[in-house]
Amino acid sequence: MAKAHVYKRDHINTDEIIPARYLNTDDVDELAKHCMEDLDAEFAGKCSHGDVIVAGDDFGCGSSREHAVWALQGAKVGAVIAQSFARIFYRNAINCGFYVIELEDAVNKIADGDEIEIDYAAGVIKNKTAGKDINFTPLPDFALEIIRDGGLLEHIKKNR
Amino acid sequence: MAMTITQKILARAAGKEKVVPGELINAAIDVVMCHDVTTPPAISMLKAHGIDKVFDPEKIIVTPDHFQPAKDIKSAELHKRLDDWAKEKGIKYYYPVGRAGVCHALLPEQGHIRPGEVIVGGDSHTCTYGAFAAFSTGIGSTDLAAAIATGQLWFKVPASMKIVLKGSIPAGVYSKDVILAVIKETGVDGALYKAMEFVGPALKNMSAEARMTITNMAIEAGGKNGIIGFDKTTKKYLDEHLKGDAEYTVYESDADAEYESVVEIDCSRLEPIVALPHLPSNGKPISQCAGIKMEQAYIGSCTNGRIEDLRIAAGILKGRKVAIRTIVVPATPAIWKQAMDEGLFEIFYEAGCVISAPTCGACLGGFMGILAEGQKCVSTTNRNFVGRMGHPRSEVYLVSPATAAASAVEGKITDPRTYIV
Ligand code: SF4
Repeated sequence: MAKAHVYKRDHINTDEIIPARYLNTDDVDELAKHCMEDLDAEFAGKCSHGDVIVAGDDFGCGSSREHAVWALQGAKVGAVIAQSFARIFYRNAINCGFYVIELEDAVNKIADGDEIEIDYAAGVIKNKTAGKDINFTPLPDFALEIIRDGGLLEHIKKNR
Repeated sequence: MAMTITQKILARAAGKEKVVPGELINAAIDVVMCHDVTTPPAISMLKAHGIDKVFDPEKIIVTPDHFQPAKDIKSAELHKRLDDWAKEKGIKYYYPVGRAGVCHALLPEQGHIRPGEVIVGGDSHTCTYGAFAAFSTGIGSTDLAAAIATGQLWFKVPASMKIVLKGSIPAGVYSKDVILAVIKETGVDGALYKAMEFVGPALKNMSAEARMTITNMAIEAGGKNGIIGFDKTTKKYLDEHLKGDAEYTVYESDADAEYESVVEIDCSRLEPIVALPHLPSNGKPISQCAGIKMEQAYIGSCTNGRIEDLRIAAGILKGRKVAIRTIVVPATPAIWKQAMDEGLFEIFYEAGCVISAPTCGACLGGFMGILAEGQKCVSTTNRNFVGRMGHPRSEVYLVSPATAAASAVEGKITDPRTYIV
């Protein structure tokens, strides 16, 4: 089961997700050590496998660095749930096979530390702590397919 | 059916008569911009997937810029991966250190940008090239890999937002102030997924360089692309810069094209604007924030590191001394040389500035001007996010080159109009 890490913030940007001072490498394990560092220095230590980040509007705004998605993947984050996402981040996430969920008022529907389970295709978040089901609009099929294949390049290869 | 300029360019690239907002298309790419941070990972992905081919070695433009000349061993290794690959693939337009410059200043200057084209780059400020009536947008490394290999990418056709720049810009106010005013109005996500089409009389007297400052920051409003129509200023710039193939197609928005929203800015009423930490949308008129003490001034970047910007800064610094650490970074080698030839370096030197080689450097907190905890920097760049230029508790104030120069002289946020006679 995944634990939710809630940040009641809009515009969490790529400089906060992975600061540019670490962009001299694309080594995922190295990037993972600094994931979310400028927002929450403790994050890399407290995130366990499959945990999710919950945030407000415009998550991932700023630079086009896919390193932001790699850092989250390296830190074993399972998904990001946000009220909305910045365009390039959203596209990068799908291309990397990483789940992103748009959910209206996400930060008030899920509390920090809540245990949740997600059915990506059906569009349901089971909030075990609150004992409630939350519905969301699932990603379009072609995006889900790319994610299931493990990313855009794997998807292109598979379908060639 | 009436279409906007963005729709027309995307329709052409998709081989269609028309496209509508929201439609998914597969578009042919005319130019792919590659730099040292996002391209090496794309190259590794291509290798890992056994994809050996590049779609066209003449349409992939490569310049290391973020950490060049290499700032440490890791960035030297990124550069090596980029160099080796460019050689192996026979990339025609590869700009090595000495010819490399900040990507978004370099590509138009070296004649790689044409109206009507679809341009992508592994950098969010790729939207800059829309100043030349082209569709241009930033992508991540996986998309970059796909574009390099196939010369095609899927896009969702964006709805357009019309930004009307009315009136004429007063003295001491610049295109940077105009775009900061626009972003203050839209917010950092007001144009999310949208095309930002800039029109209006204030653009008429703006140079192509000044227009690039505007389209450069479309992404700071969340925009997919920023675009400005073709006119005689565009033509003049292209006549002077395009090399080889000087043919291009000019598209313009139909008079009855549909816009999702319209934002009007009366430029004649603007004063210089300062975007306070930590969002580009935090713009305040300078009368409300003058006097904040600074530790550093930074004049450079893809937003404001062109010759015109350096001239504006030099105009204020001439015969004066800076009160704080002031870093001047011409964005490309050609700009560097021109600034030297015009005697601007003399002015910067006498004022007490340091002049660096062309690089992104401190703009993204890489090197060449990093901030310590608690330090404040008045900067001509485009982002003032937490930790952008150094320590997470340092601060960046976004301004025009004139405001940066005036603030450098006084060591605090200063209205440049007092220095312009
Ligand atoms: S100058 Fe700054 S904003 Fe422009 S490309 Fe370089 S790092 Fe990015």
